Amino acid sequence: MVAAGLAAVLVVLALLVARALRGPTVFDRLVAANSVGTASILLLALYGFFIGRPAFLDIGLLYALLNAVGTFAILKFWRYGSLGGSGEEDEAS
Amino acid sequence: MIGDLDLARTIVAWVFLAAGGFFLVVGAIGINRMPDIFTRLHAASVGDTFGAGLMLVGMMIVAGLSLVTVKLVFLLLFLWFMGPVVTHAIARAALEAGERPKLADGPPAESGNLATGEGRLSRS
Repeated sequence: MVAAGLAAVLVVLALLVARALRGPTVFDRLVAANSVGTASILLLALYGFFIGRPAFLDIGLLYALLNAVGTFAILKFWRYGSLGGSGEEDEAS
Repeated sequence: MIGDLDLARTIVAWVFLAAGGFFLVVGAIGINRMPDIFTRLHAASVGDTFGAGLMLVGMMIVAGLSLVTVKLVFLLLFLWFMGPVVTHAIARAALEAGERPKLADGPPAESGNLATGEGRLSRS
């Protein structure tokens, strides 16, 4: 049962990497990267159930936070050209 | 960890995990086949909300009432709250970078003001 879920998540990861490679704009790749993060959280949780060690869930919980913050960091870097402060409008392209 | 469940919980957990897996695959196929950044964003939200949500509920049924279920609830709430926030951030950034939705009847009219949020309909 958990093995079937793991197989589904692996198929989803392959499909998302295909979009990350194809996507013509950076935002397509960012959507794919964010979804890869969510799918990898599910992969961690399912794998924890698979081998009987629930500690993998903590890693997934932490990576959920990192995934959200990382998406915002990439968006901020793309918009302002730097990660330090949002007031430098002269860097906006 | 699966062996000590009775038949009813196993069947219900199977149903939730299978439904979650189905919506995850549907979302990923949607991200690949949709024509435009905004429609791809919507397909990604299907996978994140339904796919992840149903799979996590299935895992909660397998885990029963324990600390693992509490952590799964936290993960579920975080994904359900941050999903729309990230979607909005990416959509807004795409709009400000100049991406426009690909409509069936040609490009949209540029008569709104993106900076102030004023749209076509608010002009008389």
